[in-house]
Amino acid sequence: MCATCGCTASGGATLVTAHDHHHANGHPHDHDTLDVTDPQTIALERAVLAKNAALAGANRRWLDERGIVALNLLSSPGSGKTTLLERTIRELQADVPLMVIEGDQATENDAARIRAAGARALQVNTGTGCHLDADMVRRALDALEPVDDSLVLIENVGNLVCPALFDLGEWSKIALLSVTEGDDKPAKYPYLFAASDLLIITKIDLLPYVDFDIAACVAHARAVRPGLDVIALSARTGENLADWYRFIREARAASGLTPARAGPAYIPPAATLRSPQAT
Amino acid sequence: MHELSIARSIVAIVCERAGGEPVKRVTLEVGELAGVMVEAIAFCFPIVSDGTSCAGAALEVRTIAARARCRTCAAEFAYAHLAARCACGSRDIEPLSGHELNVKEMELEAV
Repeated sequence: MCATCGCTASGGATLVTAHDHHHANGHPHDHDTLDVTDPQTIALERAVLAKNAALAGANRRWLDERGIVALNLLSSPGSGKTTLLERTIRELQADVPLMVIEGDQATENDAARIRAAGARALQVNTGTGCHLDADMVRRALDALEPVDDSLVLIENVGNLVCPALFDLGEWSKIALLSVTEGDDKPAKYPYLFAASDLLIITKIDLLPYVDFDIAACVAHARAVRPGLDVIALSARTGENLADWYRFIREARAASGLTPARAGPAYIPPAATLRSPQAT
Repeated sequence: MHELSIARSIVAIVCERAGGEPVKRVTLEVGELAGVMVEAIAFCFPIVSDGTSCAGAALEVRTIAARARCRTCAAEFAYAHLAARCACGSRDIEPLSGHELNVKEMELEAV
């Protein structure tokens, strides 16, 4: 029996006892020395996502040391992530140095839109991959070289499932949901909303034309993420964008950085980071 | 299909430890609410194992029940989905288990 947690990791293929306790945030321990009954069986006790978690932790430290706030935007395709970013860039970049990491399976269309709005952008094409991971973000940061005290907006691959599981080292995860998608999405795709620190309901200028109940949507989201902050806005009309900008300001203030400095926008040549394989 | 990259991570973890020796069995621990589809991992595993120490290895999955403790009334209970609430009505619950995604152990082919 494991002296630390009491689990009966005695090894052998016949052991099927459920190991019914939580290791992820608890006490990593090594069972190797306990597996003496069968020399062919080797205890591993490794979190499958440990490598990504370690890389994400390194990203987070790197960002923190430089006072850089990274926000990971998660949603289905077509929720309005890029449109919100375009307007955010136009209205904030005089005060906040910001750049964008764009994740899509293919094309450089979104990075081109971001650059046209006036910000530096790096497109990550994931190929068949369905999410960004911490290594892709590391390489994107190396290529973008964000300045100290800046804001990095990460537009994840449009997908309400997979990106939820992969820590990138971001300051916070932000779920976006447009009013054309249906107010029960947080109930249907609970993992992504449970992992998020903010829900932005987009395209509220379309509310008169769709059956979307904001209160019901918020209730679904808070059922999986109690106390979740919500901003309902329209990037087209500008309604409630001030709340989004306040969230950004508060995140930057909380990260302990100095007041933003205005500077000339530098738009680098197009650069596309391609992952060597789908990961 | 994040299970494809998860299957790759599993094979990488096992192969690193196997040191080139053929692997007979890989055992995973997967919590009921880990957010992965076990069937999809099982589908991807032999494909990404091909040409590695894991080629032909059996994949054994031990499912771990999801349990939580209520922060309001301290009751412990099994829960089946992320929107669960305690019988007392509270949604302020602390997960105790059910989110695991671990490579538990591996068995090498007998020499």
